[in-house]
Amino acid sequence: MALLQLSDEVAGYQGKTILRDLTLSIEAGERIGLVGESGAGKSTLLRLIYERCRDQAALVPQDSGLVQSLSVFHNVYMGRLHTHSVWRNFRNLLKPARDDIATVRPIVDELRLEEKFFSPVAELSGGQQQRTAVGRALYNTGDVLIGDEPVSAVDEHQARDILSTINNQKKTVVLAMHDRALALEFTDRVVGIRDGRIVLDEATAGMVPGDLDDLYKA
Amino acid sequence: MSVDNSSLRSPLVKTTLVFFGIALICTVFADIAITTVDPWRELTQLLLGIVAPDFYATENLGSALLYTLAFALLGVAFGNVFGFVLALLFASRIVRTGCAFVRAIHELFWALIFLQIFGLSPLTGILAIGIPYAGIIAKVYAEILEEADPAPLQAVPPGTSTISVFLFVRLPDAWTHFRTYSMYRLECGLRSSAVLGFVGLPTLGFHLESAFKQGQYSEVWALLFLFYLIIATMRVWMKKPLLPVYLIGAALVLPWGVAFSAANIWRFFGHDIIPYPLRAAGADVNGWAAMGDWLHLMVVDQAIPGTIATLQITMITLVATGILTLMFFPLISPLLFGRASRAVGHLFLVVTRSTPEYILAFVLLNLWGPSMLPAIVALSLHNSAIIGHLIGRFTEGIRLRIDASHGLNRYAWEILPRIYRPMIALLFYRWEVILRETAILGILGIATLGFYVDSAFADLRFDRAMLLILITALLNICVDAISRAIRSHLRLQTTLEHR
Repeated sequence: MALLQLSDEVAGYQGKTILRDLTLSIEAGERIGLVGESGAGKSTLLRLIYERCRDQAALVPQDSGLVQSLSVFHNVYMGRLHTHSVWRNFRNLLKPARDDIATVRPIVDELRLEEKFFSPVAELSGGQQQRTAVGRALYNTGDVLIGDEPVSAVDEHQARDILSTINNQKKTVVLAMHDRALALEFTDRVVGIRDGRIVLDEATAGMVPGDLDDLYKA
Repeated sequence: MSVDNSSLRSPLVKTTLVFFGIALICTVFADIAITTVDPWRELTQLLLGIVAPDFYATENLGSALLYTLAFALLGVAFGNVFGFVLALLFASRIVRTGCAFVRAIHELFWALIFLQIFGLSPLTGILAIGIPYAGIIAKVYAEILEEADPAPLQAVPPGTSTISVFLFVRLPDAWTHFRTYSMYRLECGLRSSAVLGFVGLPTLGFHLESAFKQGQYSEVWALLFLFYLIIATMRVWMKKPLLPVYLIGAALVLPWGVAFSAANIWRFFGHDIIPYPLRAAGADVNGWAAMGDWLHLMVVDQAIPGTIATLQITMITLVATGILTLMFFPLISPLLFGRASRAVGHLFLVVTRSTPEYILAFVLLNLWGPSMLPAIVALSLHNSAIIGHLIGRFTEGIRLRIDASHGLNRYAWEILPRIYRPMIALLFYRWEVILRETAILGILGIATLGFYVDSAFADLRFDRAMLLILITALLNICVDAISRAIRSHLRLQTTLEHR
């Protein structure tokens, strides 16, 4: 069954139409990379996809969307705020419970943030903040992960680790990526956007980064 | 291409010129004469007191400081708790209007009112600080909550309860601001508490006034030095775990023995504050006619002259504050002065802004005699020290290119254009504060609205006092509204800690 079905739709941002003639279907279990020039409308399409399946999806926004004065633990814990009672949430805010630390810890370790577990996010580097945002999405119980450039602030080696972690833990993955090689390596389908339209939608098997050049040339 | 003189066409510069013009006109009609025979001799005497502060002059020194601290702590705590609750309800128009009203009335006016109700009970001091502070804090906290970063909201899982979202997304960032702001409020609270002594509460101002009147300047300086010390070391002694200790201690220290009678309270509300004509003639045709005369008399003889004088001093002070700020902020700016000079500048600004403007005006009034001058000088010194400090700190964040000019060129070309906008924003923020203070300085004998309020209280004509306080509050709300309109027209904003 299709997770999401768009046929001939438009999408915009703040009242402005940015994408038109959108026809796209996403099946559960797919790993999709969104590519295209910056400003082409990748974020707009991601937002639309997230709106349509937000009950089963976790989002990694481009600006991370972290609460700066809370620790890494708290920010990751926020991925499951909706599954806990207000009382438990309140308690964890004041003094994290051992059980919840135990469930958050492996994700933070996996993302190599173990030393920053209780540090306020404001003290972290850009890359560490981005990893925290990925951690929050991984902790979310939904099995779809939608990420807007989720590895843009980390080095290539870490990016590979993070992307394979995402692929291992989430069933369906939709990522906007600017690194074409990584996009081809970690997804099995690539969707290209240019001039407000989807102009490419193919399986990645056998593609090389040069095949995507048409999306970028002037 | 046009070759217009574009800087004169900027709305910011135009506004500045208009306010400059208004202040100039006000100055022409202002009474700013020095009337004492030998103002400089007393000043010399006063300054000589600095070198020989006498910490043993009075056995009351300790209790005066203790009471000042206790009233400040409890008043600010009261304001914080109620302010926080009201901030959560700030979407309601009634709450917003109520807060605007209570904060438009100065602590000293609240104290004069509560003195009639509770006498010298500690409740008078706590409520006099706590009620207007709750109104101010509610507004600031509501703004802080509103400005909380909305970015995390987009990643909150759907179905999360409103309370959890509030706790995790809005409260944490706001909390750090709440704490910083509370510290600032406590500093204000200490000043307010000290000044409450001037209307009879047993705080610093009470002893300061009597020592000053007797010419005991050594004692005056002992009191002031200890007061500066308390404020300067606030960050050392004000620690979160110690807060309960301080609050309980403050409650124990205050003299709760003073009883107040319920009859007193009822008489005040049910009799004293009802306009005299209505009380005398009853609420019939005669009463309402007499009421008309009474109102007319009050407005023409007191409210209008009081309002004019208050506005006059406020406008002159606002512009003078701006001019002094431009001179003060370089003193602490690392872009203009070295470490040693800046230390002196910091000391000067700390002392000037820690001295309550009321006390400064009181001292100057005694040196120079009654006129508008002491009020203008005291208020503009105090306020420019506050704004100068904030702007000086602001310049620490400016990164100049390595080959930037030096000296006056640097001041005029690199720094002034960068600080002018935030400085004007801060000035407009403080406009309403200056007005509130100007009104209150009337208690010292300058013919602003506070003068008429104080006289009415002294004559036990509480109906008149309440009417005049009401007018003062309305004037304050008007100026606040004008300031807000100008700020939004000029798109002036300041960061949170500058409020």
